[in-house]
Amino acid sequence: SSWWSHVEMGPPDPILGVTEAFKRDTNSKKMNLGVGAYRDDNGKPYVLNCVRKAEATIASKKMDKEYLPIGGLADFTRASAELALGENSEAFKSGRYVTVQGISGTGSLRIGANFLQRFFKASRDVYLPKPTWGNHTPIFRDAGLQLQAYRYYDPKTCSLDFSGAMDDISKIPEKSIILLHACAHNPTGVDPRQEQWKELAAVVKKRNLLVYFDMAYQGFASGDINRDAWAVRHFIEQGINIVLAQSYAKNMGLYGERAGAFTVICSDAEEAKRVESQLKILIRPMYSNPPLNGARIASIILNTPDLRKEWLVEVKGMADRIISMRTQLVSNLKKEGSSHNWQHITDQIGMFCFTGLKPEQVERLIKEFSIYMTKDGRISVAGVTSSNVGYLAHAIHQVTK
Amino acid sequence: AYRTDEGQPWVLPVVKKVEQMIANDNSLNHEYLPILGLPEFRANASRIALGDDSPAIKENRIGSVQCLGGTGALRIGAEFLRRWYNGNNNTATPVYVSAPSWENHNSVFLDAGFKDIRTYHYWDAAKRGLDLKGLLDDMEKAPEFSIFILHACAHNPTGTDPTPDQWKQIAAVMKRRFLFPFFDSAYQGFASGSLDKDAWAVRYFVSEGFELFCAQSFSKNFGLYNERVGNLTVVGKDTDNVQRVLSQMEKIVRTTWSNPPSQGARIVATTLASPQLFAEWKDNVKTMADRVLLMRSELRSRLESLGTPGTWNHITDQIGMFSFTGLNPKQVEYMIKEKHIYLMASGRINMCGLTTKNLDYVAKSIHEAVTK
Repeated sequence: SSWWSHVEMGPPDPILGVTEAFKRDTNSKKMNLGVGAYRDDNGKPYVLNCVRKAEATIASKKMDKEYLPIGGLADFTRASAELALGENSEAFKSGRYVTVQGISGTGSLRIGANFLQRFFKASRDVYLPKPTWGNHTPIFRDAGLQLQAYRYYDPKTCSLDFSGAMDDISKIPEKSIILLHACAHNPTGVDPRQEQWKELAAVVKKRNLLVYFDMAYQGFASGDINRDAWAVRHFIEQGINIVLAQSYAKNMGLYGERAGAFTVICSDAEEAKRVESQLKILIRPMYSNPPLNGARIASIILNTPDLRKEWLVEVKGMADRIISMRTQLVSNLKKEGSSHNWQHITDQIGMFCFTGLKPEQVERLIKEFSIYMTKDGRISVAGVTSSNVGYLAHAIHQVTK
Repeated sequence: AYRTDEGQPWVLPVVKKVEQMIANDNSLNHEYLPILGLPEFRANASRIALGDDSPAIKENRIGSVQCLGGTGALRIGAEFLRRWYNGNNNTATPVYVSAPSWENHNSVFLDAGFKDIRTYHYWDAAKRGLDLKGLLDDMEKAPEFSIFILHACAHNPTGTDPTPDQWKQIAAVMKRRFLFPFFDSAYQGFASGSLDKDAWAVRYFVSEGFELFCAQSFSKNFGLYNERVGNLTVVGKDTDNVQRVLSQMEKIVRTTWSNPPSQGARIVATTLASPQLFAEWKDNVKTMADRVLLMRSELRSRLESLGTPGTWNHITDQIGMFSFTGLNPKQVEYMIKEKHIYLMASGRINMCGLTTKNLDYVAKSIHEAVTK
């Protein structure tokens, strides 16, 4: 008999499971609006030109393959901090931060979660917005923390339930941990406006909460890296010492290279050094030190003026295409004769859109039209192209009329 | 890390070639790998460990998880064992680590949630070899179902491996006492120069019907240190059990790093899948192993010529990157302070640090340290 007779079959990952089902479908009109990976207007993966140039540089330099330090590539971590905080940030210039390289967004979130579990003794509770990325809950749970929620999305309006959020957050026990999406909220695409962010910062400060920002879409949301980082920077300016997870999967298209970073804003540089030492102690028994390739590509892009400029243009290009697809989807729905209000599709921002479709309607889209999305009605707008937006509008109209 | 005779890092020629192929291939992109990793990498990596003719592979009862280096493979394996081995979430299952061992072993299993990490006898300082009796004794006394971390070859840090006959004895005790073998294979090919020879112990355990884990690293044998290429090979009783194990490992991976980095796995998969590149790789690996073996024999012969007190056959008896010289802390301090030769307080030296240019100096320095 086996040691593993009692091991249960794990459920398939809901998000990645959508792609698996899509691959099996033989319908020529099929659309994959599941996983959040950018596609160009031909529905193809897009390798950024600045990435290709950085790779050519790397190939020509013939560097060795020695281990990175546990905390990662220094040029990368410093550039990541500067990208998030802004070059004029007092926190950045004073050095009162530590940034370690993480395994893209997930790995960075997990390092932070483990760090909080070990060193943030004031609370075991992490407050997540309702809804949030499906992987947030298991990440924090596996790190040994407990999950709570605050209201965020209003399904009646398909937009932010601001009063609900403020109400819930004002009641969160002091010194709890609260997770906020910096921009392009996943899965809803609903972000607070700047005035709303100001109020959120004030209440969070009043409740003395530890703020954990997840920034997976800087640049990718509005097309402007500074605008997308506004909330993060505002909170820090208000004296809130945040922790932050960054990902380069989407904004540099480096998905499989796993480039990310975890940052802790500290009281001073000396505290940052102590925090860094503990982060390294957490990382070492996880995977020893991080992979170089993605971080080096990102570092070359961020630190080479011409490439950085080119990157800003390309990331804006991706954001603009998404925004244009949102606009076209709404106008096509109108053309189909839909009487519903689809304004939320263009109000929402980033890769994802909470269509407001119900599970039965999603089921029909999958079964009758081979249009794949997650059960919550979330679509990845990146999967929409000018040649299939009409089909998508037609299908949505069919299941909602 | 390996060093050439010029004391430099060495990017394997086959790796350079494959990297160029990848760089020139415009059809490749940076899309996410599946959670468990690149399929061609996983299958080939496990095949390397278990052998082309492995009965476990033929019987379709193996599984593979691409991980971030050997460390990542150990961690995923440890996290799985803590959740699912010997009951559910049984953090009290004893985990045995050799005395001494790679210092990170303890942390990996502690951070995975295990509460009871113990040592098993391994290094006999007096005779400078394996303390087999102590080892077997510890296994006899270990609680049933305890987990044992075994170094597949080139034990780190002692360089002292059990002989095949000794491995047979170890396996017999482990089978009788229901002890779980978790192999750490960081040096396959790098130790003796032969992939098959270095995998003998793992394959023997498989042939004896064990269910086991093997954490593989391609850091040293491919020189891909910073790309974090590792593989966790799972050998089970049958397909169904292995499938369920993998499905649970997938959940663990998803909350740790979601999916693994693609660059290093591509290099290894491309190399292992092509007969020509595979042959080139084996050759590159043998180059590294041979240089280390040469340094061992050269160091030993110099010490014997100098008449340095003590016996020095352990230097060539030991295998892999490291050697437990037998130098005591005072002698080590002398080496560091007076001769500027850096080694660990344990007397462990990295054989890769030796070159034809510094052999004489190192030998003389050891001689002085021992005779002073």
